[in-house]
Amino acid sequence: MRYSPAAGIAKAITGFTGLGKKYGLEWWILVIGACIILAILFMALFASSIAPFSPHDQNTGLQLAPPGGDHLMGTDNLQRDVWSRIIHGSRTILRVAVLAAIISSVIGITLGLISGFSGGFFDRISSLIMDSVYSFPGLILAIAFAAMLGPGVINITLAVSVIYIPTYFRLVRGQTLAIKEELYVEAAKAIGASGFTILWKYIFPNVIATTVVVFTLNVADAIMIEAALTYLGLGLPPSIVDWGMDLSMGKKFLPSGQWWLITFPGAMISLLALGFTMLGEGLAEILNPRLLER
Amino acid sequence: MEELLTVTNLKKYFPLQKGFIDNLFAKKKEFVRAVDNVSFDIKKGEVMGLVGESGCGKTTTGRLTLRLLEPTAGDVMYNQRSIFSYSKKEMQGMREKMQIVFQDPYASLSPRMAIGKAIGHPLVIHSNKNERETKERCLQIMEKVGLSPASFLYKKYPHQLSGGQRQRVVIARALITNPDFVVADEPIAMADVSVRAMLLELMVQLKEEFDLTYLFITHGLATAKYICDRVAIMYLGKIVEIGPLKEVFKNPAHPYTKTLLAAVPVPDPKYRRTHPIPKGEIPSAINPPPGCRFHPRCISAKSTCNVHEPDLVEVGEDHFVACFL
Amino acid sequence: MKTILEIENLAVHFPINIGTVRAVEDVSLTLKQGEVMGLVGESGCGKSTLGFSILRLLRPPGRIVKGKMLYHGRDIVQMSEREILSLRGRKIAMIFQDPLTSLNPLFRIDQQFMETLFTHEKRLSKTAAFRRAETMLESLGISPERLLEYPHQLSGGMRQRIMIGMGLILNPDLLIADEPTTSLDVIVEAQFLDLLNELRKKFNLTIILITHNLGNVAQLADRITVMYGGTLVEVGQANAIFDNPLHPYTRGLLSSIPNIKLDQPKLVTMPGSPPDLVNPPPGCVFHPRCPRAMEVCRVERPGVYKCDGRLVSCWLYG
Repeated sequence: MRYSPAAGIAKAITGFTGLGKKYGLEWWILVIGACIILAILFMALFASSIAPFSPHDQNTGLQLAPPGGDHLMGTDNLQRDVWSRIIHGSRTILRVAVLAAIISSVIGITLGLISGFSGGFFDRISSLIMDSVYSFPGLILAIAFAAMLGPGVINITLAVSVIYIPTYFRLVRGQTLAIKEELYVEAAKAIGASGFTILWKYIFPNVIATTVVVFTLNVADAIMIEAALTYLGLGLPPSIVDWGMDLSMGKKFLPSGQWWLITFPGAMISLLALGFTMLGEGLAEILNPRLLER
Repeated sequence: MEELLTVTNLKKYFPLQKGFIDNLFAKKKEFVRAVDNVSFDIKKGEVMGLVGESGCGKTTTGRLTLRLLEPTAGDVMYNQRSIFSYSKKEMQGMREKMQIVFQDPYASLSPRMAIGKAIGHPLVIHSNKNERETKERCLQIMEKVGLSPASFLYKKYPHQLSGGQRQRVVIARALITNPDFVVADEPIAMADVSVRAMLLELMVQLKEEFDLTYLFITHGLATAKYICDRVAIMYLGKIVEIGPLKEVFKNPAHPYTKTLLAAVPVPDPKYRRTHPIPKGEIPSAINPPPGCRFHPRCISAKSTCNVHEPDLVEVGEDHFVACFL
Repeated sequence: MKTILEIENLAVHFPINIGTVRAVEDVSLTLKQGEVMGLVGESGCGKSTLGFSILRLLRPPGRIVKGKMLYHGRDIVQMSEREILSLRGRKIAMIFQDPLTSLNPLFRIDQQFMETLFTHEKRLSKTAAFRRAETMLESLGISPERLLEYPHQLSGGMRQRIMIGMGLILNPDLLIADEPTTSLDVIVEAQFLDLLNELRKKFNLTIILITHNLGNVAQLADRITVMYGGTLVEVGQANAIFDNPLHPYTRGLLSSIPNIKLDQPKLVTMPGSPPDLVNPPPGCVFHPRCPRAMEVCRVERPGVYKCDGRLVSCWLYG
C-alpha cells in the first residue's frame, strides 16, 4: 500500500493539508474509492491489450453464451464478447464523465468567482440564470440538450456538463462573497493588487479545496447521467461501445433468463459511480477539519 | 521637517443597516459617526500615535489615510497632494510607498499562499524585477525582520508559523517595497505577551533603518509611550488632545486624557491611582452626546459643555486640546 | 489564615490526533482564605485550563490525569457528579472572559439570576429571589430596573458586572475569574477592578484572578503564581515578585512590558516563542529561551524550591 498511487494521493493530501496521518474511516473510504477508479482507469487505458476479443467482433463463436470458459461474462445476441465490451466501454464513460466535469467546473468556477467578486448587475443576472438552470431536474435537462444537439461523444459531453455548472457557480460565488470580506483580501488591496490579481492569487486558492470534492461527486453523477442518456438511446451511435447502451440492449433478454447482458454493464456503472462517490466523500471528511480549522 | 501626511476635516459616517420594517417607518437615515472632523498632520520621520478606546474611530482613520475607505468628507494629503485626486490605477501605484501592518496576522495572510510568495507579492506588483531578483530581495528582508533561516521559512504556510513569526511576515510584506509611510494598526495587540517587546523593538529598529514614518494606532498607552513621538487622543470620532507625547502624558490637559492615563494598569504593586476614573461607558457613536462628546462623564463639566462643541486650542508648544477649560 | 484550596501535582492532558497536549504539568498550589491569587502567564501556559479544572469544567478530550485538589479537605478530582454540582456556583463560582457569550441572550437578567438561585435553593420564593437579585445589582452599582432587560441591551462593562453578580449571588467562598477584563476597554477595566476589590472586601471572597495582564495583577493580587508552558514557574507575594523576580522568565516578562510610569529607553526582549505543548522541550520548559540556561536545564526538569519566602522552579535555586 505504501507505494501505491492511492497512498501517493493520500500522502499528497496529507502534505497539503498539514495533517498527520490518521487511518480512520474516511481514509479507508477514500482509498477504496481511489482503488476502484484506478482499476477501471487501468482497464480503460490498456483496453486493447487486456480485452481478449474486439468489442465489435461478431464472430466470437457462440451466441448468448452464459459466463464461463473463453467468455468471462458471456456473449451477447450478436456473438460479441461481453467482457471485451465492458473493458472498452469504460473508455467512453470515463471520457464523457470526466470531460463533462472539467468543462462544468471551469465554466462554473470562473463565473462564480467573477460574479461573487464584482457583484452588481452581472451578479444579479448570472445568479438568476444559474438558479433557473439549477431548478431543473438534471436528467430532464440533459435529455433536452442531448436531443437538441444530436448524437456524438462531444455532444453528449456538453449535454451532461451543462447540468453541473450552477452547482459550481453557487458554491464558488458563496465562498467568494465570504472571502471578499476577509482581512487578507483587504491586505491585498493595500499592497496595490489589481482586482484580477486578487481573484486569481488570493480568492481562487482558498476556494478550490471545496470544489475538488464537488468535482469527484460531479463525475459520479455524470456517470449515471451518461448511462441514462445512452440507455434511452440518445447521444451515441452504435459504433461506440457504451455501458448504458449495452444495458438498454440487454434488457429484453432478461425474461428469457440471460441475465449477464444487463447485470455486468449495470454493475460496472454502479461500481464506477461508487468509486467516485467514495473518493469524494472521503476527501470531504479529510479536508473538512482542515477547512474548519482555518 | 516638512509634513508627509496632512489630514483635514476628515469625516466618515457609516449608514446604519436597518431591517426592512425599520426602513419603512424611519424618519431619517441614521449614521455611525465613526470619524467626525479629524485633522492632524504627520511630519516625515516621526511616529504619530493615534490612541483611544474601542469605537473611537482610530482604525477607521488609519484606513482612510491609505484610501482603503472612501471618506464622507474631508481630505488627506500625501506629499502635498490629495490622495483622493488619484485615479484607481494611480492609487494602486501609490501603494508602493504607503503600506499597512494589520492587527491580526493570521487573518491578514492568505492561508493558501506560502509566506515567501506573500511577502514578495508587493514587489511583483510594483517593480519589474524578475523572479530570481524578487526572491533574493524577499529572503533579504525576511532575514532583516528576524525570520531566520529565511530559505527554510520561505516555503512555509501561515498556519505553520507561530504568532510572532506571522506578524513578522506582515511587517516584512509591508516593508519590501521600501515605503515611506506605514500605518501600524494595533500591530502587537494579538501577539503573546512575551513576544510583544520583540515586535516593538523590531518596529523601532526598522524605522531607523528604512527611514520610515509611522501612524501607530493603539489602545495601549504604555505601548504608545514607548514608541510614539507625537500622539493624538481620540474619543468617539474626534481628537480631544494632540501634541508631543512626553508633553501630553506629563501634563494632560483634557479630562479624558487624564482619566485614560489614570486608568492604565501599572505593573507595580506599590502604585496607587491618583486620578478618579469616570463612571459609565463610551456612548454610542450613532447618537453621540450633544456638545462636547465627553461631557456626560466629565467631572469638570460646565454648562457650555453640553451645548457647544469645543475647538482645538493651544495649551502648550504644539500641544492642542479640545475642551472649554 | 486558613487554607481553602490545595492543589497537589495536578496534570491535565488533551489527547488529540497529533499527540497529547500537556496543558498543565505537575502544578501544586495553596490558596488561603481571603486572598487574591493572581494566576499569570501568556496564552497557552495552562492558567485557564487550571482554572477550569478546579470546577471540573474541562472540555473533552481534556482530562485530569494526575493529582489532587483538596477543597476544605475533600478531593475535587474524586468527587461524584452530584457533589461537584453542589459545589459549582454555590461554593466556588467562575466568571469568564466574554460576557456576551456567557450570558444567555434569550433570557432576561432577572431570569438568569433566578435560575442560578433556584438550582441551589429549591425552596426559595420568586419574590425573595427577585429581591436578592435587586440587592446584588445595587452592590454592583447598576440600577435595579436593568433586571428586566436582555443581555444585548446592556453595555459590555455592565454585562461583565452582571457576570460577577451571578457568580456572587450564592455567596461563594471562592471566585475564579478567567481573563475577565481582556475584552474590556481601559477605563471600563479599571472600573471593573475597583468593583472586584470592593466586593472582595464586602463578601470576604477568595479570588483566583487568571490574566496575562501584569498591570491588573499588580493592582489586585496579594500573591502571584506565574505559569509557563503548563508548569509552575514562580509563586510568591506580589510585592516581592515585582521587586525582585527570581525566575528568568518572570524577570524577562516584567522587563519586557511597557510601563507607562517609567522612562524605558529600551525594552528587554525575550527571544523565541512559547513552547509547543505536544512536544515540549526536554528538561526545563523555558530553557530554549533562557539567558541563564545551564547544562542541567536541558536535561532534567527542575523541582520546586523555596527561596526568599517564595517557590521557584529553576535550577538556579536548586
